[in-house]
Amino acid sequence: MTHPIPPGTRDVLPEEMRELRAIGDRMRERFENAGYGEIHTPALEYEEVLRLGDASAAGARYRTFDEQGDVLALRSDMTIPIARVVATRYGGAEPPLRFCYLSRAWRATERGVGEPREFLQAGIELIGIPGAEGEAEVVALTIAALDAAGLRRHRVGVGDGSLYRRLLGALDVPADRHLGLLECLSRRDLVGLDMSVTELGVGQAERELLVGLPELRGGREVLDRADGPVAAAVEGLRVLHDLLEQRGVADRVIFDLGLVRELGYYTGAVFEVYDPAVGFALGGGGRYDDLIGRFGRELPACGVALDVQRVHLAQAAEEALG
Amino acid sequence: MTASDRLTIAVPRGALFGGTLDLLDRLGVDTAEVRANDRKLLFADAGIVTMRPSDVPTYVEHGSADIGITGKDVLLEQAQRKVYELVDLGYGRCTMVVAAREGGDPIGDALRRLGRVRIATKYPRVAGQHFADTGRQAEIVEVKGSVELAPLTGLVDGIVDLTATGTTLAENQLRIVEEIEVCTARLIANPVAHKLKAERIDRLVERIRT
Repeated sequence: MTHPIPPGTRDVLPEEMRELRAIGDRMRERFENAGYGEIHTPALEYEEVLRLGDASAAGARYRTFDEQGDVLALRSDMTIPIARVVATRYGGAEPPLRFCYLSRAWRATERGVGEPREFLQAGIELIGIPGAEGEAEVVALTIAALDAAGLRRHRVGVGDGSLYRRLLGALDVPADRHLGLLECLSRRDLVGLDMSVTELGVGQAERELLVGLPELRGGREVLDRADGPVAAAVEGLRVLHDLLEQRGVADRVIFDLGLVRELGYYTGAVFEVYDPAVGFALGGGGRYDDLIGRFGRELPACGVALDVQRVHLAQAAEEALG
Repeated sequence: MTASDRLTIAVPRGALFGGTLDLLDRLGVDTAEVRANDRKLLFADAGIVTMRPSDVPTYVEHGSADIGITGKDVLLEQAQRKVYELVDLGYGRCTMVVAAREGGDPIGDALRRLGRVRIATKYPRVAGQHFADTGRQAEIVEVKGSVELAPLTGLVDGIVDLTATGTTLAENQLRIVEEIEVCTARLIANPVAHKLKAERIDRLVERIRT
């Protein structure tokens, strides 16, 4: 007899569970040793509370009602619940605050059969340390946690989600064109971006910036190539690079000036985590300086979430390569 | 992403095959073995894997190929794939069109009298989107083989299909009633390879553009 389970969910049997557990435990241990206390929040939240953090409740799709008729949603990430906890339970605590989690989150997908909708995430949130200093700590700890998980060749892509928007502002691109350009950028449809920029009818120098910026990725040198109106905007990334160098992990970082993340609450630096053994990002994160303020306590923050199952995939693939 | 430092390229068989091999020759990739072997699919020495065009985004998204070449028609239909579109390669130029039987206006008639039009296509997403964008209700019938047959047998009122010269349409007494989009070959990349093999990909793109 076979009985179905909902699409995108799966059962984990002992052999895989042991490996997943080992990876999760090693990452959590690294987080705890760095001063990040583990936190647990309910899987179900009031939808209207999640919506305080993000208009789309960060993509939460599974909803139900309780006996009062209130709408409950399965959380789609841990960042919004932790922002709620900080405002509610740590209203007077002296920052910085450091939290880690090993928790499930749920997202719907319109994709094919088997695409996961339930994720086990290992992540950290660093609250109260602004700018590059906070980002350097998060990036370095992300790299260390993946070292602990058994990966060897992982890298972190670092960009600034506000960069292109600022460039559009600096070049006086009409506001009604922004959305189209940003959509091309977010899909990295460089052909579409090129066409949209051509339609703007700007000069050659502006054109090169608008089309060329998303192609800039690599080491520290790409920050020097970002001149003109974005030169000041990448200053934060330069500082971040120097801090990462002091922590001895600068060579693990790829600056990617076209990087944007799907979630709306990021305000500055954004991260994505890669391993050459797999073709998709293992996780990501960024700076979200406005989010906790929406719950009533103004605090800068940044964090990262890693998909434990993808980390496991990468670890297995790296192992196979030897 | 593939593990070696080299780039693995997904090459489409079919209409874009010749143009793609010519392009790779120009870029200094040795395609002699690929040209000589009609059945073989994987050419490890040249770093080439061959497949049907609609499979190229699948292999590139997963990272089994770092970059690939496929038609814009395929990318439009598989818009959900997470691949980066890097360069318009210019060749393989076709147009995505709406076509209907010659004489009369079967699509207009259906919309006026029945409130919706039936459209056969191999591109259900593109067709559905086009009719939705133009505010017309359409019932999309997905077919796998020759789309031209569908309106001739009365299955549908019109078709959405890709055409290069229009000859096949004309031979089946169909005429183009709307043009949706011009489609050419595109260079696409896996998102992770685009970062971790940035230098190699940039060098390739540079040479394609010059």
